[in-house]
Amino acid sequence: MSQAQVSVQVNEPVEQVYSPAADFWRRLRKNKLAMVSLVFLLALTMVAVFAPYVAPYDPYLSDMPKALQGPSSEHLLGNDELGRDILSRIIYGARISLRVGLIAVGIALSAGMVLGSTAGYYGGRLDNIIMRLMDIMLAFPSILLAIALMAVLGRGVENAIIAIGIVSIPEYARIVRGSVLSVKENEYVQAACAIGNNDWQIIFRHILPNVMAPVIVRATLGISTAILETSALGFLGLGVVPPYAEWGTMLGSGRGYMFNAPHLVFFPGIAITLTVMAFNLLGDGLRDALDPRLRR
Amino acid sequence: MSVLVHVTNLTKYFSIRKGIFGKEVGQVKAVDGLTFDIRKGETLGLVGESGCGKSTTGRLILRLLEPTAGRVEFEGKDVFKATPGEMRALRKDMQIIFQDPYASLNPRMSVGDIIAEPIKLYKLASGPEIQKRVEHLLSCVGLASYHARRYPHEFSGGQRQRVGIARALALNPKLIVCDEPVSALDVSIQSQVLNLLKDLQQEFGLTYLFIAHGLNVVKHVSDRIGVMYLGKMVELAGDDELYNNPLHPYTKALLSAVPIPDPRAKKQRIILTGDVPSPVNPPRGCRFHTRCFCSQDICKHHEPVFKRVKPGHWVACHLVEEENKK
Amino acid sequence: MTQTLLQVKDLKTHFFLEDGVVPAVDGVSFHLNRGETLAVVGESGSGKSITATSIMRLIPNPPGRIVGGEILFNGEDLLKKTEKEMRAIRGNRISMIFQEPMTSLNPVFRVGHQIAESLMVHQGLNKQEALEKSIEMLRLTGIPSPEKRAHDFPHQMSGGMRQRVMIAMALCCRPELLIADEPTTALDVTIQAQILDLMLELKEQLGTAIIMITHDLAVVAEVADRAVVMYCGKLVEEAPVLELFDNPLHPYTRGLLKSIPHINDNQERLYMIEGMVPALTNLPPGCSFAPRCPEARPRCHVERPSLKEVSPGRRVSCWLHEGGVR
Repeated sequence: MSQAQVSVQVNEPVEQVYSPAADFWRRLRKNKLAMVSLVFLLALTMVAVFAPYVAPYDPYLSDMPKALQGPSSEHLLGNDELGRDILSRIIYGARISLRVGLIAVGIALSAGMVLGSTAGYYGGRLDNIIMRLMDIMLAFPSILLAIALMAVLGRGVENAIIAIGIVSIPEYARIVRGSVLSVKENEYVQAACAIGNNDWQIIFRHILPNVMAPVIVRATLGISTAILETSALGFLGLGVVPPYAEWGTMLGSGRGYMFNAPHLVFFPGIAITLTVMAFNLLGDGLRDALDPRLRR
Repeated sequence: MSVLVHVTNLTKYFSIRKGIFGKEVGQVKAVDGLTFDIRKGETLGLVGESGCGKSTTGRLILRLLEPTAGRVEFEGKDVFKATPGEMRALRKDMQIIFQDPYASLNPRMSVGDIIAEPIKLYKLASGPEIQKRVEHLLSCVGLASYHARRYPHEFSGGQRQRVGIARALALNPKLIVCDEPVSALDVSIQSQVLNLLKDLQQEFGLTYLFIAHGLNVVKHVSDRIGVMYLGKMVELAGDDELYNNPLHPYTKALLSAVPIPDPRAKKQRIILTGDVPSPVNPPRGCRFHTRCFCSQDICKHHEPVFKRVKPGHWVACHLVEEENKK
Repeated sequence: MTQTLLQVKDLKTHFFLEDGVVPAVDGVSFHLNRGETLAVVGESGSGKSITATSIMRLIPNPPGRIVGGEILFNGEDLLKKTEKEMRAIRGNRISMIFQEPMTSLNPVFRVGHQIAESLMVHQGLNKQEALEKSIEMLRLTGIPSPEKRAHDFPHQMSGGMRQRVMIAMALCCRPELLIADEPTTALDVTIQAQILDLMLELKEQLGTAIIMITHDLAVVAEVADRAVVMYCGKLVEEAPVLELFDNPLHPYTRGLLKSIPHINDNQERLYMIEGMVPALTNLPPGCSFAPRCPEARPRCHVERPSLKEVSPGRRVSCWLHEGGVR
């Protein structure tokens, strides 16, 4: 270490270290809509988790005399066709909607990441086989494919989650593959190979962390799609079995009373819209904050 | 001087595939039958214009690419026949520094993690010892220890290049392939990095394969220089010999084209006409004959052999051979 | 008509970013005579390209804005022109060529049409005339069989060819001023020599004045009559080229000249300018170069020097030369 040390940089060390994560959080905080959405979604999650303590009534307890009654001080959002408290049902419904959204996207994301990164990293024939399979799945409208899967799997929350998860795999696989293809051209991937990483280490340590930005954004938007699809399945009577409180199912069974008791469809509809919108706005905010071109 | 790397007939063709069945419609002859040695402790420069295959050669020697044909022996071991386990051991001895300081560092890892990664992979140290080694490496390349906590985007191009050098040094390699390490840097930073490379070479007894397109930079750092054109080596000689006595017409043209930062310099320029032909379909015979200012009939039909014309001076040109016969 | 074609007075172009105001160009003054080649030299971040885009009034706003100064072109202040008037000047009386010819040509139009379009807009030629003229321009820039190449798309041409097309396009309306922003940086050495020769030749033929923006002092030596050196948004030195190379006055210019590896000498170590370019948002209070300057005195760190004439045609911004040339 003789002459090599000559040009030690003499900048004063500044304690503030901007890691990519801290940088991202700083930018996200500036986006008001995204922050409001984040707060709303966190609150919704809390409500869902603590539903038994938050809900004013038992969501399954029918009180026939109060059937179709509009909002009142006793029942803030009114009662449904069987006299059940709508607010409580929406609160319990949040449990299902959020669970479906998160788990379905989780399934789609993990399968999509494995398939997409394998296809993108190895390329060639493997890539061709995987991506053509994905293309075939994408050729069907996803709701139709989900209906077909439900027909095979049978009704129920778990099966709805699996069906919705499976139909959205191709989207993630495609995004991941595309990003992997561009990230793998970076010289740091070659450097990783040169210092003796194996394929597995290169993919997980050097490629995937750098493709996460677009994937996270898509996943956030994907949660809202999953919620909508569950609701659609519920509305069609294919998803969650009736006694369970699920927003789409509520919408479906309230359909018949739309004209004399609009609150039956109005409030579940609002719940779906607000949640979906919050996920979309948060997704947009994440996209801006995660701008793939990290500030140089 | 003993030979560290022995390259024989190294060849790499990239296939161009088209259509859904990936039918091969052509080949890019990026590197076509290279033979040369890299001696222990020397700096071998490789120059040539874009598309001549110099970077591909560097990556082939490190086996970051699989060759189409040929052998590379590193200290007598055949690199391309090494099993994954042997390859891992070999990688420890040969490292690379890249051109683009913005693309060569993982933006999601702190500089400390980047430099520590090879140390951890090879279990060269553990616990607080790792931190110590990282700090030592940082000081070797002229950075301070607090830089370890920072992320690549907080650094300037020159500093990033120093980080890349520290990562390459972490494994105590014998050979470092420097792939255009200063082309992306400003003039004042370029000289800092070149001096650093030179200091490190003396300190650690490194051998460099120095790839660049700027002949003045290559001339400055190299002991011997190989000139490449369209996947072939056309001339190989000691740096002064190549500069004072270039034999291949392409080398002569390249030397005369180097702009000299002196307005009074005599300009006897050989301006080559036309562009470098495509490596997909290189000219028959001597690959340079389409742009050569002294090409003859034989050049169009027969490929010249890469021959030793003097001790330590190799060249692939028909005309040079004739001169010697006279 | 006066001899002076362009006079830039105290130009200030600032960028208003989240992190603060970046004074990319901060009080730059220089002039350019008819038919002259002026080199603007500097490293990345010196403001040389921003100066050029300011003259063209092509600063992206937001975040950038020209906040002060005058740009007198034939005595008229370009900063007072309306956007419509500027459009009639750009490409017609002042044109610009860029570093990367691929991104400055529209990939979906044939090159002949792209040249012709400019002629139709500015010179009111009809399509037929404009196409003929554009073929003539392509021939002038040394493109072989221009009738055929005019029908090529940009991606069918090599980098050198595309730069020729850019030059043809820039010169087709016979502008009085051509601004060339690193026109040869992306090209190979032998192609660079071709393009520089072509530019000089056309300059003689057409009498165009050239502002050559470059980081490469060798290019300056090759083509320029006079040069201005920029550092951190300010001019530090102005001199005729021969004097600049014979007797550079500013320590920065001296450092730059010394740190280039020369092809024809064998120095072991290169001269280095220590440290790095300071961030424009956080410039030192005195001379911007003082922290890196080997000759800095206490005064240099606290008081900013101004550009002063030290002999006819030579200006330098340095306290060391306050009392004239030493």
